[in-house]
Amino acid sequence: MKYLAIGFLLLAAALSARADLNVFATVPEWGALAKEIGGDKVKLYTATNAFQDPHRIEAKPSLLAQARQASLVIAAGADLEIGWLPLVLRDSGNPAIQPGRPGYFEAAAFVTRLEIPAVVDRAHGDVHAAGNPHTHLDPRNVLKVGEKLAARMAELDAANAAAYQAGLAAFSGKWQAAMARWEKEAAPLKGVAVLVHHQSFIYLTNWLGMKEVGTLEPKPGIEPTSGHLGALLQRQQATPARMVLRTAYQQDAQSQWIAGKTGIPAVLLPYTVGGTPEARDLFGLFDDTVQRLLKGLR
Amino acid sequence: MQKTFAMAAMLAAAGAAQAADNADLAAIRAQIDEMKKSYEQRIATLEKKLAQAESKTSVQPVAAPATSQVSQPASGFNPEVSLILQGQYKNMKDVPERGITGFYPAGGHDHGEGAIPGISKRGFSVDHTELVLAANIDPYWRGQAIVAMVDGKAEIEEAWFRSLGLGHGIGLKGGRFRSGIGYLNEQHPHMWDFADAPLMYRAMFGAEASYVQDGVQFKWLAPTTTFFEIGAEAGRGANFPGTERNKNGSGSVAAFAHVGDDVGVSNSWRAGVSYLTTQAKAREGHFEDVGGVEALGKFSGDSRTWLVDFVWKWAPNGNPKYQNFKFQAEYLNRHEKGDFSCEDADSANPGACTGGLNSLYRTRQSGWYAQSVYQFTPNWRAGLRYEQLDSGHRDFGANAVNLALSDYRPKKATAMIDYSWSEFSRVRLQFAQDKSMLGITDNQLTVQYIMSLGAHGAHKF
Repeated sequence: MKYLAIGFLLLAAALSARADLNVFATVPEWGALAKEIGGDKVKLYTATNAFQDPHRIEAKPSLLAQARQASLVIAAGADLEIGWLPLVLRDSGNPAIQPGRPGYFEAAAFVTRLEIPAVVDRAHGDVHAAGNPHTHLDPRNVLKVGEKLAARMAELDAANAAAYQAGLAAFSGKWQAAMARWEKEAAPLKGVAVLVHHQSFIYLTNWLGMKEVGTLEPKPGIEPTSGHLGALLQRQQATPARMVLRTAYQQDAQSQWIAGKTGIPAVLLPYTVGGTPEARDLFGLFDDTVQRLLKGLR
Repeated sequence: MQKTFAMAAMLAAAGAAQAADNADLAAIRAQIDEMKKSYEQRIATLEKKLAQAESKTSVQPVAAPATSQVSQPASGFNPEVSLILQGQYKNMKDVPERGITGFYPAGGHDHGEGAIPGISKRGFSVDHTELVLAANIDPYWRGQAIVAMVDGKAEIEEAWFRSLGLGHGIGLKGGRFRSGIGYLNEQHPHMWDFADAPLMYRAMFGAEASYVQDGVQFKWLAPTTTFFEIGAEAGRGANFPGTERNKNGSGSVAAFAHVGDDVGVSNSWRAGVSYLTTQAKAREGHFEDVGGVEALGKFSGDSRTWLVDFVWKWAPNGNPKYQNFKFQAEYLNRHEKGDFSCEDADSANPGACTGGLNSLYRTRQSGWYAQSVYQFTPNWRAGLRYEQLDSGHRDFGANAVNLALSDYRPKKATAMIDYSWSEFSRVRLQFAQDKSMLGITDNQLTVQYIMSLGAHGAHKF
């Protein structure tokens, strides 16, 4: 039995000519997670950066060329990349990464999604039928996805299965310690009411027990209008927000306008890895997010 | 295993206990019990870990993923449906038979006797309403159909299947599809940046401004970090510039190559070269003879088209949402060679071609367009387009004396501005000065709407 297992491992190692697992991550956060788990066993390509709205990416030729060679596509899922990823996958001529195959991994499939709409109607804007796709800003989700991702990486690259499991074990140890630290640090944020530019932070505010009292976008994906911003200003009297949050890829003009009118701080959060100089990796992302929120509270 | 270990531990402890008195004996027994318990626990966890590790290395590679996608109800099997609503208001000159001077009149859609072709409609009009149905057929194939509906007619614009699982960068498509030649050719009117197609596309492929194949397409994407793709098509070849010929084998062959990449994080580009060869048999077109009488010309022979295309897109930090810029240009060169016959279009009105006259026919014609579109806020875009064709060298042989032929360079300049409430709705205002017809300067004003309902179709680069 043991010899068979060893033989199988050797065979698998021999068959996978390249030792590297070629990973195509649609967004920086899940690319960073794959790197945490796989380390130098992973050859990572990240399709977008923190300054790009992941909803609005074009199916660029460079993306096709990268998808052609990928053995694992990690997507945020829940229709976040629906405007470009399906086309990239189909035109890549790469069967391994098609939805339904082990080479296609959707992070949103492994967490409890929030804001699943009861009615799917574009009258409510660019709603995602599967719920809010920005799942990574709850660190508990990162851990859940990490467990599934490590298993998937081990499945695709059996030769390095042990390395991925070890990578996950090391990551989850550090992550749990960091999570305890963040939760402690962020205790003053509990119950704090905030305005957000787009519904990008629901998992973050849910984790920290903060309250979202309004979005600058009148409907998801619809740019803020002066009428809507005016209405938010009116609501500030009845339900005051303490700060207004936006990502690195969103325009600052509208949050600054609200900040100027109400005196509450406009806070830029990194949103994903690379969004601020401090958010160099997943740990930096949450360190910086918590610090910026606390600073906004002062 | 753990029993022998525990017994060995007890024996060792027993040996040490010989010299001890009874009071010590009880303490030692308790210690032994404790040791035994702790060792048993440690061994049990070790065994569990070993079993886990074994199952992970041997079983996991064949284990199916539990849930890889967001679960959907059974209606999720229904195809993705979308519907495009498009229409316009147009102010322009009343020209009975709109063509492009110096170019062979390309047949368009015939929507019945007396119907005004879409391209000549003034005032309010509704374009084709496009119904798009698409879905994965199984793990190996995907299918799509586009039905264009207009006044009592529905026509199949596209109906194809394509491969998903061939691998090695290979893509196979079969059915009716927009050919992969050029850049604009694959795009449906709702994706155009202007209300109408460039003159060059109308001159090449007729009023529909796209070459559609009934056939097969083979594509290969190279395994390189720079995008490089080649493709070849074989089809029926019944569409302009070819004609229906009722034959075995392929009636048209097309080939194309695309290369593209990013420059920094903000710029992307794609360039392509394409070739189309097809044949025509008695391809009809109306010509004006030397006496100003309408004559019917028929061309039979080979038609070869070269196309070069280039697209460059810029967006700050690669984020096109707030601002982006797109430049696109294409060049066409067509060579046609064969026989030409000229006869009266109307026997009651005889002209220079009475009785019919055959001659050779040889043309080499070219054209280009260049356009830029700048999105300066999330909702507003503005664009400019300039285009020019060259009727080029035209040799009608013996028929040259019968027909009124003039060398002409059709030109058109267009400016547009459009507003989008969301990705799904757009309204456009366009001004054009059209000098595509000799002696006519047509100032055109178009107000157009494009609305898309339903599934969120991804657009090509």
